[in-house]
Amino acid sequence: MEAAEKQPLLKVEHLKQYFKVSKTFTVKAVDDISFDIFPGETYGLVGESGSGKSTTGRSVIRLYDPTDGTITFNGENITGKLSAAQEKMLRTKMQMIFQDPMASLNPREKVIDIIAQGLDVHHLYKNQAERRDKVYRMLERVGLSHEHANRYPHQFSGGQRQRIGIARALIMNPDLVIADEAISALDVSIQAQVVNLMKDIQKETGCAYLFIAHDLSMVKYISDRIGVLHLGHLVETGTKDEIFENPVHPYTKSLLSAIPHTNPRVEKHRKALVYDYAKSGIHYENGTRHLVDGTHYVLATDEEFATWTAQKGALES
Amino acid sequence: MNERKHVLKIRGLDVSFKTSAGMVHAVRGVDLDLFEGETLAIVGESGSGKSVTVKTVMGIRASNETVNAGSVEFTYHDGEKEVTEDLVKLSGKEMRKRIKGKRIAMVFQDPMTSLDPTMTIGKQIMEGMRYHYKTPKAEAFQRAVELLKEVGIEDAEKRMKNYPHQLSGGMRQRVVIAIALACKPQLLICDEPTTALDVTVQAKILELIQDIQKRTGIAVIYITHDLGVVAKIADYVNVMYAGKIVESGTVDDIFYEPRHPYTWGLLSSMPDLDTTDEKLYTIPGSPPNLLHPVKGDAFAPRNEYAMAIDFEEEPPMFTINSHHKAATWLLHPQAPKVEMPEQLKKRIDAMMKGGR
Ligand SMILES: Nc1ncnc2c1ncn2[C@@H]1O[C@H](COP(=O)(O)OP(=O)(O)OP(=O)(O)O)[C@@H](O)[C@H]1O
Ligand SMILES: Nc1ncnc2c1ncn2[C@@H]1O[C@H](COP(=O)(O)OP(=O)(O)OP(=O)(O)O)[C@@H](O)[C@H]1O
Ligand code: SF4
Ligand SMILES: [Mg+2]
Ligand SMILES: [Mg+2]
Repeated sequence: MEAAEKQPLLKVEHLKQYFKVSKTFTVKAVDDISFDIFPGETYGLVGESGSGKSTTGRSVIRLYDPTDGTITFNGENITGKLSAAQEKMLRTKMQMIFQDPMASLNPREKVIDIIAQGLDVHHLYKNQAERRDKVYRMLERVGLSHEHANRYPHQFSGGQRQRIGIARALIMNPDLVIADEAISALDVSIQAQVVNLMKDIQKETGCAYLFIAHDLSMVKYISDRIGVLHLGHLVETGTKDEIFENPVHPYTKSLLSAIPHTNPRVEKHRKALVYDYAKSGIHYENGTRHLVDGTHYVLATDEEFATWTAQKGALES
Repeated sequence: MNERKHVLKIRGLDVSFKTSAGMVHAVRGVDLDLFEGETLAIVGESGSGKSVTVKTVMGIRASNETVNAGSVEFTYHDGEKEVTEDLVKLSGKEMRKRIKGKRIAMVFQDPMTSLDPTMTIGKQIMEGMRYHYKTPKAEAFQRAVELLKEVGIEDAEKRMKNYPHQLSGGMRQRVVIAIALACKPQLLICDEPTTALDVTVQAKILELIQDIQKRTGIAVIYITHDLGVVAKIADYVNVMYAGKIVESGTVDDIFYEPRHPYTWGLLSSMPDLDTTDEKLYTIPGSPPNLLHPVKGDAFAPRNEYAMAIDFEEEPPMFTINSHHKAATWLLHPQAPKVEMPEQLKKRIDAMMKGGR
């Protein structure tokens, strides 16, 4: 395994991110998760709405102060207070594409200035002409036109707006891009274009992606490895083949069974596997990381692990 | 089948925007029909005018927007009376008082734009009921909690006190859906309502909408790029390209017998779980820039089947049968016979046999 010998680009260990909403109500959005991302790879993070995917991304890029745990990026511990040099490294080398494009784009700024923001802050051009050229080139690459450069965000369609966010992130040549539902708002043809673009850029620059999405067919297509989040816990992680060919955790299985078919005849009658945590008898806090094989881990107690892996054996024989 | 009753009848809708680079001709003559109790899906490329079309129905106009032509006839029940009005002619005030939120509700593509960041979500769900129907506070509260549960938000009562930023993206989207359903509209417009939702929650919302539809017969317009969702819920599908509807038919027409080359491209670029190719299929080229006038068929430059006439003259809508129409010169009686791409044909054959 080549990846195993490399140093991870991002190492997340026992990360916890809690939000205190009121005196009696604390949301444990992320509750003790660990995973690595290696240079140049794509790590897909999936899970139901509210499972903590965006929070994980936002903690990693330090929009929040993590409640507990350690985040190491490019060999630097970036969990606590950041030095000026660390801050600069983080703000250039790690970029995020946000889930809600309208909320993350300043409505009073023109697109050219939004995309050039990072370049401006870190003085990454020699003159205005170079700044403009860089932005124009990026616009074309994400399937927009330089004629869009002087418009404001609200003057775009939803999918076009999402691509502005993508351009703003990719123009910085980052080592890690956190793409939070970056392509969900795009139609299939543009989705394919953007995914192909992200892959091309990855080939050219060797950047890594933390790809957050709920569309499993797209995640399968783009990811090298996948992590499955549920209720703030990472219940299973492995290569995409390990997850898709051999899902062990019942939550992963139900998630896979819920993928819609694109065939009306099948889809109108499909029923997904039901997974009800409350009735499952599973308690995530009691589980520990169990190795299935290779890089495939599942969160389980010893007993659960024995049962789940035995079931699989039974099915195959 | 009973006689279908019109809820919405759009004719010749034409919309443009003024920008510093010139006029953007975003919607170029849209005809659309929607009937009681039915679900119409609108699919099409990003920027093709889907959102602009439905925002016009809602009377939402940008400051740089002009509706150049067209009518939007909406038929609704006011008590026993059946009323038909051209919504393009109503003032903003009349829309707000009689139509918006009350008879037509819309779930917007970008949930944050329709939520007020300074108000708890509970209050926002109750607002419409209090304003349009003068529902007593306690009753509105109860109904709001119920709605939150129905859209799959756990701890609904505690969540009533949350502000939008305290919710995940998918939860926010579901709050917007709850707001839309609160006033029991006769027409529900959903613009990519489930894009940020995982498949399980999405299925739940779709089932909820279908359930309400069965109970109350509301009509639904559903904009989505997710063809799996279209397959699940739509009765009819309109395919949009560059400001026009280029193909319209039943779900089966569009999925199994697509006739417009753009629809072929769209169906071909769906990823399926068996995709192993290095690259996903994409339609070559990019959509026309609507800043510049379109000559001939807007799709011609990207269409490997294009004929000389396609670059000269805009194709009319050709009627294939009572429920299926497409605007492509390929349907002209004198056009050469062109079949859909081999790969797509294989895929459709497989689908007809019950595979993916
Ligand atoms: N206020 C505006 N000023 C200028 N152009 C606009 C404005 N609003 C929309 N447009 C343009 O009109 C066209 C149609 O936009 P619309 O939002 O309807 O697209 P859409 O089909 O909904 O796409 P998506 O799938 O990406 O949401 C786009 O090219 C968009 O850039
Ligand atoms: N700033 C905040 N204050 C309080 N609670 C929060 C905050 N941000 C997130 N949460 C809560 O944390 C949980 C996880 O949210 P998160 O946004 O990470 O989910 P997600 O997996 O990205 O979901 P989605 O797919 O819906 O976007 C949710 O219960 C949410 O309400
Ligand atoms: S009219 Fe011509 S260019 Fe347009 S879709 Fe048909 S064949 Fe293609
Ligand atoms: Mg999220
Ligand atoms: Mg739109």
